[in-house]
Amino acid sequence: MASASIVDTAFLDAEGRPLFHLPHEPHRPEGSSTMLGFWLYLMSDCLIFACLFATYAVLGSSYAAGPGPKDLFDLPLVALNTAMLLFSSITYGFAMLAMEKNRNAATQGWLAVTGLFGLTFLGIELYEFHHLIVEGATPMRSGFLSAFFTLVGTHGLHVTFGLIWLVTLMVQVAKKGLIPANQRRLMCLSMFWHFLDVIWIGVFTFVYLMGMLR
Amino acid sequence: MSAEDHSAHGHAGETHGHGSMGSYMIGFGLSVFLTAIPFWLVMSGVLGSPELTAMAILAFAFVQIVVHMIFFLHMNTRSQGGWTMMALIFTVVLVVITLSGSMWVMYHLNHNMMPHGDTQAIHDMSRMP
Repeated sequence: MASASIVDTAFLDAEGRPLFHLPHEPHRPEGSSTMLGFWLYLMSDCLIFACLFATYAVLGSSYAAGPGPKDLFDLPLVALNTAMLLFSSITYGFAMLAMEKNRNAATQGWLAVTGLFGLTFLGIELYEFHHLIVEGATPMRSGFLSAFFTLVGTHGLHVTFGLIWLVTLMVQVAKKGLIPANQRRLMCLSMFWHFLDVIWIGVFTFVYLMGMLR
Repeated sequence: MSAEDHSAHGHAGETHGHGSMGSYMIGFGLSVFLTAIPFWLVMSGVLGSPELTAMAILAFAFVQIVVHMIFFLHMNTRSQGGWTMMALIFTVVLVVITLSGSMWVMYHLNHNMMPHGDTQAIHDMSRMP
C-alpha cells in the first residue's frame, strides 16, 4: 500500500491529475548509447561469421577429389599473419591509451602503425589467395574451397573496411583534433578492430590448424 | 557544477573503458602465449594423436577469446547496465545453436547421399518397373 501511494504521487502533474509518462525525460549525454549500439552491430556481425563457420564445418571435408588443407596451407605464413593481427591489436590499444591522455601526435602515430600492420596482414592474405588460385585451388574447385574463400575472404573484407575507417578517422583527428565525437569514433573502431582479432582466433584454429590435423 | 555532473555521468556510462597499459600488456602477453602453443602443437605433432591435439587447440582458442574479450574489448558485467553482457550471452547462445545444430543435422550428409547396402533394398532403381 505504502509503495503504491509513493508511485501515485510521483506520477501526478501540477494539478494533481495522474501522469501516464515520466514527468522528466532522463538526461542522456550525447553519444552515451553509441557504444551499446555498436556492440549490438558487432554481435550481429558475429552471427554472420557463425553462419560462415557452420558452412565451413559442413563443407570443409568436401574436396571433390581436389586439394585438401594439407596440400594447400602454409602454417608458418599463417603464423606470421596471426602475429601481424595481434601486433595491430596491441598498437591500437596504445593509440587508445594515448587518446585518453589527449596526446594527438602519439595517437596518430600508433594509429598509423596499426594501419601498417593491418595492411601487412591483408598483403599476406592476398599473396596466399593468389598463390592458391595460381595453383588451381579456386573457389570453384570444391565445396571446401568455396567455404574457405568465403569465410576467410569475409574476414579479409572486414579488415579492408576497418583500414578505410582507420584512415578516415586519422584525417578526422588531423582536422578536428581529439574532440569527444572523434574519441567516440576511435572507441568504436577499437571495438571493431579487436573483434576482428577475436574472429581470426576462430579462423586460424578452426580452418588452418584443424585443417592440418585432418 | 551541472556540467561536471554530466561529464562524470557520461564517463561512468561509457560502455568500454580504455583499460590501462598494464592490462593491455597482460592481454598481449597471454595472447602471444595462447597463439604460439597451438601452432607449436600442430607443427611439431608433439601430442601424437590428432584428436587430442584438436581438443587442446580448441581449448586454447576458447581461453584466448575470453582473454581478448576481457583485456582488449573490456567486457564486464557493469558496462551499460549489463546490456552488453546480455547481448553477448544471447549471441553466444545463437552461435552455439548455429554451429552445433548445423554440424549435427549435416553430419550424415555424405553418408546418406551415397547408395549403399541397407538403403539399396528400398531404393534399388533396377527393380523399379
